[in-house]
Amino acid sequence: MTPPAFSPVGLRFENIDKRYGGLLALRGVSLTIAPGECLVLAGRNGSGKTTLLRIAARLVRPSRGSLSFSGGSRDAQENTARPGFVAHASMVYDELSAEENLLLFARLRQVPRPENRVDALLREVGLSDRRASLVRTFSRGMRQRVAIARALLREPAVLLLDEPATGLDPQGVTWLAGAIRQIRDSRRTILMSLHGESEISSLGTRAIRLDAGSVVADTRTGATFRSILTFADA
Amino acid sequence: MSLLSNTFVLLGKELRTEFRSRELLTTTIVFILIVIVLFSFTFDPTSDESRRFAPGLLWLAFLFASSLMLQPCFLREQHNDTLSALRLSVTDPFAIFLAKLAANTLFLLLTELLLLPIFATMYNVPVLSVLHWLALVFFLASLGISIAGTALSAISAQARMRELLLPLLMLPLLTPILVASTEVTKALFDRAPYVQWKGIGFLAVFDVVFLTALCLFGEYLLEE
Repeated sequence: MTPPAFSPVGLRFENIDKRYGGLLALRGVSLTIAPGECLVLAGRNGSGKTTLLRIAARLVRPSRGSLSFSGGSRDAQENTARPGFVAHASMVYDELSAEENLLLFARLRQVPRPENRVDALLREVGLSDRRASLVRTFSRGMRQRVAIARALLREPAVLLLDEPATGLDPQGVTWLAGAIRQIRDSRRTILMSLHGESEISSLGTRAIRLDAGSVVADTRTGATFRSILTFADA
Repeated sequence: MSLLSNTFVLLGKELRTEFRSRELLTTTIVFILIVIVLFSFTFDPTSDESRRFAPGLLWLAFLFASSLMLQPCFLREQHNDTLSALRLSVTDPFAIFLAKLAANTLFLLLTELLLLPIFATMYNVPVLSVLHWLALVFFLASLGISIAGTALSAISAQARMRELLLPLLMLPLLTPILVASTEVTKALFDRAPYVQWKGIGFLAVFDVVFLTALCLFGEYLLEE
């Protein structure tokens, strides 16, 4: 991955509530994520992981509370307004080729010399030879590679990954772990939601567990870290 | 500037995906063609009868066909959650609406212009002498249908009964466009054709009002 053109950025969630009609998806979540930290969000289905990530991506407005960013240069701060986001869905168009998809989003985000950047990213994610193929012909793993390339187009200071390994085969998981390791080592701040232990979870520098919309565990080390991912009682 | 450049980039995407799949254009053209042909065979109208009721039939067919065309407008963006990707990428969310309504207007205009000669032949209505005025009415009405329809498509795409909701919301809202464009077209199909400026003015005002409302409140329609 390209070396960072920024100083790392941290995030601060303050007393966040999110209500969908009668359902309270997040309850008073307060969380400070240090610049360059790689945070693993764990929790059962419906615990609020996706909602928290979508609030961090500013796709969802919290019902109460606020989100702020800390540290970093002015460029990096501006960049956080639109972090890199990899969701459950690929967030790319089936009817366009991998290259057309990346060029579309690069032009929308006004990436300088978009053709060069897209070319470099396609090489990094190993899709150079399939660049002209329509995304609808891709496997889940290849779609995920396009999704990661899309998220990295503008070299975001913050990267959000929502269960990025879902549906990937073991080789795909290994590739993804390698890609996330490179991103983490380039000092980007990463928030990723995961289920259980894997090569990817071992990249985390901190883990928190959400339960019914609240943070119930938060650790950086050892057995507690493992228990948060496996839902075991530490 | 970024609003305009984002709009052009997204318009390019809309046109490319449609001309690659041809889903919307094919459905709309076939639907309007069926209505025009069936009505012609059923009533076998004389030229005078055609001048009276054909404009209403034509615009009703366009309106129903546009509800078919506008339905997938935002639904397609939900398939791979591409709407979120667009929201994360554009500087101003209004660009998403501008691109979609421009594409919808172009598709509707293309459909209307393709079917006009068939309509003129089957209903024995002379259109050549008033073609430029018809083009103006088609443009203003298609723009109005696209502006309101695109906004409603964004609302209905997030609802539970989305397939039913769009026509239920759209058809009553677009009744003023239907009435105005029918009246203007009827005046142009008259034995002594004339331009009904009141109707044209109404269509233009409708477009400006709804476009302004969409510019002001469109962002909220895209929120989850």
